[in-house]
Amino acid sequence: MTGKLMQGDEACAEGAIAAGCRFFAGYPITPATDIAEVLARRLPQVGGKFIQMEDEIASMAAVIGASVGGAKAMTATSGPGFSLMQENIGYAAMAEIPCVVVDVQRAGPSTGLPTKPSQGDVMQSRWGTHGDHPIIVLSPSSVRETFDFTVRAFNMAEKYRTPVILLMDEMIGHMREKVELPSPEAIEVVERVSTSVPPEWYKAYENTPSDVPPMISFGQGYRYHITGLFHDERGFPTQRLDEIDPWIARVFRKIERNLRDILIYEADEIEDAEIVVIAYGATARSARHAVKQARARGYRVGFLRLGTLWPFPEEVVERAAERIHRVIVPEMNLGQLALEVERVVGRRKVMRVGKANGEMVTPQEVLDAIVRGVSAWL
Amino acid sequence: MVVKKQERESLIHERYLRHHKKFPHVWCAGCGIGIVMGAIVRAVDAVGLSNDEVAMISGIGCSGRMPVYVDFNTMHTTHGRALAFATGLKMVRPEMKVIVVMGDGDALAIGGNHFIHAARRNIGLTAIIINNNVYGMTGGQYSPTTPTHAYATTAPYGNIEQPFPICQLAQAAGAAFVARSTVYHARELSRFIAQAIQKEGFSVVEAVSYCHTTYGRINKLGSAVEMMRHLKDKGVTQKTFEALAEEERADKIVRGVFVDRDIPEYTRLYDEIIARAQQTVANGRTA
Repeated sequence: MTGKLMQGDEACAEGAIAAGCRFFAGYPITPATDIAEVLARRLPQVGGKFIQMEDEIASMAAVIGASVGGAKAMTATSGPGFSLMQENIGYAAMAEIPCVVVDVQRAGPSTGLPTKPSQGDVMQSRWGTHGDHPIIVLSPSSVRETFDFTVRAFNMAEKYRTPVILLMDEMIGHMREKVELPSPEAIEVVERVSTSVPPEWYKAYENTPSDVPPMISFGQGYRYHITGLFHDERGFPTQRLDEIDPWIARVFRKIERNLRDILIYEADEIEDAEIVVIAYGATARSARHAVKQARARGYRVGFLRLGTLWPFPEEVVERAAERIHRVIVPEMNLGQLALEVERVVGRRKVMRVGKANGEMVTPQEVLDAIVRGVSAWL
Repeated sequence: MVVKKQERESLIHERYLRHHKKFPHVWCAGCGIGIVMGAIVRAVDAVGLSNDEVAMISGIGCSGRMPVYVDFNTMHTTHGRALAFATGLKMVRPEMKVIVVMGDGDALAIGGNHFIHAARRNIGLTAIIINNNVYGMTGGQYSPTTPTHAYATTAPYGNIEQPFPICQLAQAAGAAFVARSTVYHARELSRFIAQAIQKEGFSVVEAVSYCHTTYGRINKLGSAVEMMRHLKDKGVTQKTFEALAEEERADKIVRGVFVDRDIPEYTRLYDEIIARAQQTVANGRTA
């Protein structure tokens, strides 16, 4: 296959098709609209369905309804729309409905800077909906990685029966890069766990050994109940602690015990480093450049790029920062992921390089931080 | 085999209710919601649908609990969003009969946008709106169908807002089928619901009910029996209504089928989109 010039948003849409996504519901919003436009054209070509809903609340609801009907389903939005989706993202978490939510971040709060990049939704992607719940959030740094992460987002959503959020940013979404997409045979596609037990035995929320109960679509002869209330193993509402507590434990356990599969990261020249830069999304591109320059000047700088932001890769960060004096966290917000890094490695080690004005963090700014970091500790 | 009427009724409840698991229900003694539930399962039975073919989707509120009790594919969603969840389900399972049960607050306040857009799309869902003029589960706050001047816990000096006329709203928004009956006229209600389920396109049935526990108490309308009698006395057919003098019409509840029109249904139209898109690919164009 020859390379093709492609936008991040387009790669996301193509990744969705490759992952088996056959339903998209969305509402126009910059800078995510391109994903909807591509899928409006592409989905019916492969027998899938696209619908433009009346708002983002309805989009998220339709995605869940479609997933319950058996389709791999996705929506794509940006900050303001992502805020509107939060209630139903919580529903998907509570009812364990696989789905993928793409948030192409733009500068906020509110309408903010619709055409400018941001990483301001890091905390919203984790805690945007109310109540304690596990969530998986992936953040790509290139166009090709957007394709790959979209596929992996679907795989994780289906494998673990959970909403997965793909946290892009305007820079990655609108940037064009030459990419070579993998051939369909080379793409690993995961289907949700099903079962062949007789309908009367089926429990949609059973505490199975894998912690992920099989999910059967509506209309297949297995009639059961789905609710956003706390529920028993058959899905019916409950207030019994001996049913609520095992559910809470199970949904967290099903993520925690699979961290090896869920956590995506890339560590570079950490071994001999005295300083490490931890970055993600578009900012990782500036950070990588700065680390290269610093190395060329003789600074012993390591680089840790996080693909998975949530669950936060605590042990990965802990290991990377073990023998290190300074950790630099550049991001297009005022220190949202830095808060997590500080929690893990200690506040005094961390230098934030934050920007929330719609401008990219430049390589020079990261380089300056590296130089400052070295001199502060010498 | 001829089954006696009484036996048939008992078979219906055996067949469609999660009788041994989930009762008693949460509704107040004397509530009309159970009558609507009975009307729905009788309609499903009359149409001859199997349990597996039917999905019942609800939002939040007293009506939101109905799916627990019926043995269909059931989903209790978020407040106001039942139609949007149902839209996604219907699109990927167009062969299923998707019945959406909502209250007046659920369907017309928080869910008002979804209601008019589902009607505009004419997607093949059956929306049953149980109208009791109040938010019952939260204790009697005024809703989008609370009459002007009526009292509610959040309208202690009287309601100054106008109520939505549900059926006219549905008609204007583009629904293919619109009907209204009351929980007193249970058999007629069931008949309308059966017609609605069979209609290809977006169908709406307003089931006029009451809430004696909150609205009735606050407005001194008496017991459930008295509120039921009100529906009996004030619920008139369209024909009767038209024969009435202007001054007699004001407090009447008009029953009947108001809209029954053939407009292309959304999922069918989408099948044509798929055919068109695939033809484009077959022709080697990229659209």
